Amino acid sequence: MKRVKRRYLALQVESEAQPTEREFVDAVWAAVTRLYGEVGASQTSLSLIDIDLESKVAVIRISLATFNMVKASLTTITSIAGKEASVRVLSVSGTIKALCSSVR
Amino acid sequence: MTRTFTDLHLRANLGDQKATQQLINKASRFGYSRISIPFTSRLDEDEEAKLKTMCRDASLDFVSRADFCPKSENELTRFLRKFRRRFEVICITCSNKEVARQAAKDRRVDLLNFNSLDQRKRFFDPAEAELASESLAALEVDVKPLLILEGPPRVRLLTSLRREIIVAREFSVPVVVSSGVGEEKLMRTPKDMAGLAYLFGLDEASSLDAVSINPSVIVERNREKLGSRFVAPGIRIVKEGKQLETG
Repeated sequence: MKRVKRRYLALQVESEAQPTEREFVDAVWAAVTRLYGEVGASQTSLSLIDIDLESKVAVIRISLATFNMVKASLTTITSIAGKEASVRVLSVSGTIKALCSSVR
Repeated sequence: MTRTFTDLHLRANLGDQKATQQLINKASRFGYSRISIPFTSRLDEDEEAKLKTMCRDASLDFVSRADFCPKSENELTRFLRKFRRRFEVICITCSNKEVARQAAKDRRVDLLNFNSLDQRKRFFDPAEAELASESLAALEVDVKPLLILEGPPRVRLLTSLRREIIVAREFSVPVVVSSGVGEEKLMRTPKDMAGLAYLFGLDEASSLDAVSINPSVIVERNREKLGSRFVAPGIRIVKEGKQLETG
């Protein structure tokens, strides 16, 4: 079977409130589902790797084929758990190791 | 080559200096090197000077821009005659077909903006694109509606934008992607804006050009035209010599 290529994205959450891990994940899924529907969202293989609630930096993993879809969806996030927020991509990498070194 | 990013449409409330300052600072933090805050009703030179100073302090290049939404051809021509030489960028919001065609034809117009959500009121069709490509006007797309709309209105807007991008590409009309936002929370980094352009069919290179090269070309071209050394397209004063004495 062909190996699925993945991408790791480091994200900066910009919000005055401090969203919980669940609220952040829900917001990302909601944004992808709103734009691409449930079938599109299911193709992204999106999963949260880690989130630092202090610095509001999160790392997610997605499939490379849906990179542009997820990136566009993340940009459309305007609120998390009802509070104004935005998410911007800090860095993109093929491995967590490289991602961490580029974010630092 | 490192790209320099431009946002030609930050709709700051000029009355609220603190909010304007925050917008400018955020634009600088997000990696823009050139921004524009449009004047809509009148030109206040004090305000313009203030904005220029704020931008300089934030290491940004301020581009003066005027937005106008004329109701008729005559109104458009009067506006252009009055303001063309006072602003570096002129954007016309086309509210009817007559204005859209005249704006696309007129070489003094830099940007064509269609902000209606009604598909019938977006006049960027092949005829409009052909006129625009001859007069070097660009199509401006604001990303703000994509951020604030949801559901069917966003679907309709994306459909219109996708159609317009295909037409623009066919006639080589440059596309400029601008934010069109006035709130700090809705500001996005240039690369995120380019990422949003993927939604309406721009590929990666074209979407990055739409936030960097395309707006920069317009600004540079107009700055040269407004400069004292410009004579006519292709002719400019390179060096001034001394007048020869006769007799």
